[in-house]
Amino acid sequence: MTTNSVQLLRLYIVFLPLLFIAGFYCIVTTRNLIRTLLGLEILTKAVTLMLALAGYLTGKTALSQALIITLIVVEVVVIAVAAGLVLNIFKHYNSLDTRNLRSLKG
Amino acid sequence: MNMYSLDILLLVALVAAAVWTVLRGSLLRAVIALALTSIVLTGIIFRLGSPIAAVFELSVCAGLITVIFMSTISLTKPLSHKETLEYTSSRMKRFWLLPIIIAAVGASLALAVIPINFNTAAVQETARSFRNVLWEDRRFDLVGQIIIILAGVFGVVVLFRHHSKDEPEDK
Amino acid sequence: MAWLFILIPILAVIALNLPFGVSYRKLAYPAALLLAVSQVLFVLLPPETVLASGACPLCPFLFRSLDALGKIMILSIGIVAFCSVIAGWHLTERAERKFDFANLIILAMAGMNGIILSGDLFTLYVFLEIVAVASFILIAMDKNKSSLEGAFKYLILSAVATILMLSSIAMIVMLTGGTTFADAAMVMRSGSNVPLGLFAAGLFLTGLLIKGGLVPFHGWLPDAYTAAPNGVSIFLAGIVTKTTGIYTIIKLVTAVTGFSGPVQKILLLFGALSAVAGAFGALSQKNFKRMLAYSSISQMGYIVLALGAANPIAIMGAAFHLFNHAIFKSQLFINAAAVEESTQTLDMDRLGGLAEKMPVTGATSLIAFLSTAGIPPLAGFWSKLLIIIGLWVAGFRVYAVIAVLTSVVTLAYFLSMQRRVFFGKLSAELSHITEANGPLTYTAVLLAIITIGAGIFFPFILNNLIIPVKAILG
Repeated sequence: MTTNSVQLLRLYIVFLPLLFIAGFYCIVTTRNLIRTLLGLEILTKAVTLMLALAGYLTGKTALSQALIITLIVVEVVVIAVAAGLVLNIFKHYNSLDTRNLRSLKG
Repeated sequence: MNMYSLDILLLVALVAAAVWTVLRGSLLRAVIALALTSIVLTGIIFRLGSPIAAVFELSVCAGLITVIFMSTISLTKPLSHKETLEYTSSRMKRFWLLPIIIAAVGASLALAVIPINFNTAAVQETARSFRNVLWEDRRFDLVGQIIIILAGVFGVVVLFRHHSKDEPEDK
Repeated sequence: MAWLFILIPILAVIALNLPFGVSYRKLAYPAALLLAVSQVLFVLLPPETVLASGACPLCPFLFRSLDALGKIMILSIGIVAFCSVIAGWHLTERAERKFDFANLIILAMAGMNGIILSGDLFTLYVFLEIVAVASFILIAMDKNKSSLEGAFKYLILSAVATILMLSSIAMIVMLTGGTTFADAAMVMRSGSNVPLGLFAAGLFLTGLLIKGGLVPFHGWLPDAYTAAPNGVSIFLAGIVTKTTGIYTIIKLVTAVTGFSGPVQKILLLFGALSAVAGAFGALSQKNFKRMLAYSSISQMGYIVLALGAANPIAIMGAAFHLFNHAIFKSQLFINAAAVEESTQTLDMDRLGGLAEKMPVTGATSLIAFLSTAGIPPLAGFWSKLLIIIGLWVAGFRVYAVIAVLTSVVTLAYFLSMQRRVFFGKLSAELSHITEANGPLTYTAVLLAIITIGAGIFFPFILNNLIIPVKAILG
């Protein structure tokens, strides 16, 4: 690997885990259903960045772009379905509190 | 690392926007922060040599997903203003940990000497054009995209359908 | 030619949804059945030209030809889809829901076929998401509180698993510049990148463990299985979790990572953990479907444990157990649906003595659980025997003993279930019930016949269907 790439990689090694931490923290500590989805979105962006970085470092930007585009399409569908679920949950409980989702005992 | 100063700036902005999304009390502001994260991400991806992906990310994530979130939020109005206020204050108590974690981890990662002893694949000279890769190599993925869009359409139809007569709610 | 199994369902769904008139809706049911049957026939009576893998016009190197394990999976998908469509069609009342149900099942089938046929990590991800999205919608179809909760929990955990898998794929792209199985395998087996490659494989494997509902990532599984509408539970427990979780693990390990040290240890450990925890979890359940869910976790643990043995005999046992579990778990869920339809409850404390009023359900459930517990001459006996022998021969004596003991616990909780639900005294409030309706009994009988048949004709199946499986270890 060229030294330029190594420097770039060092940079990303610092920042990518931070994004992941932010996303996971959001999902774990929130009590709001929609904010859980926001955390999910942050994680998706982190992974998108990883893919773009991988494409850049190996020179295969065409492949990584194709992967990113497919990934974005898939994630949009997942978020849309999740939003539908959240709306229906809201209709039942009239609130977005995740503590409502405890009726099924583990 | 002067040539990377723009990158550093962008990455800091990215993480800051993401943390802002997590911390911001009002949901609406959080979604705007998410859109901001998308915009910064678009810039970074563009610099990483993936212009098409950057445009896609901008139009879909900063656009379509923000719209989805906004409509979901507007359809699920919380109950009362007072409840929102006390909810926000209790939130702050739980969420203050995040910036501290971010700063600590960031500092430790930046200062630690992490050995990078792996090789990336060799950069190939004959780069296939994006169009070839997408339509020929990843054709199976495109078929998958079609299927998942069909499934998503069904999901939206099923989940958003209002029944003319009310169902008895049980279970 | 096997890629037709993805193309034709897509065309079917599109055709069913063209806005030409409502009369199309009635076609959804036979369309779904036809697709399911065609999958079964394809495996059992293969035309010679089909087997030659041939160039796939969709794309040459993302598509793998169908190996022996793939054939078993396609067969299982066909059978379970067939039975769950029949049962589910009967169980959902509203016409529009029936239409959605059939369409979503077809889409899920297309997704699962894609999982089996893919030869590329990213394609695997895309089709995994297809099946996941179809499952979310299917689980939440009833739109009552518990279904939405189950679907949402599944969604969040599945999305976390997706993130893990995608980061693994990104790392692999960084290391090898490609995402096919061959590329990933290159980095795992040799070269200086092996540690990072194994880390990426570990991430991917963790994601798949979450999708397969293995302990300790099983949090979503009991809720999703119990809360889903009964027709969906049959489909979900019968084939979806197996394909998206267990089959993908088998593929990952055999085609990509190989059985290097840490991988094997992880498989053995998590497999044994799931087998034991699932069995003990099932012992303490009161809800019929919830008990079946924990039993599924336990049986999946068996299969992963067998995979960890890295032994041809154990692999054959694992493959056959995949098939058997698809059959008898679907059948048990059909029985649960029948019980719920007749008695309106799944609480095993309130049920009792149903066998005299629901003889078919009681008898088939008896056959199913004897097969699960591994009683000869039913099919489950052979698959468990192969797994235990494989573990013993490979030197994992302790794990073999654990497997045997868990089998005993399995027998215990199923006997308890059978006694509580079907035998014993019929309580007064249930004295008016009748046997379940047609579709639920016919399908249960069909699956029971397959279980008995697979057990009795085992030598025949062994040569044709099972022994070729060990080639995947090649």
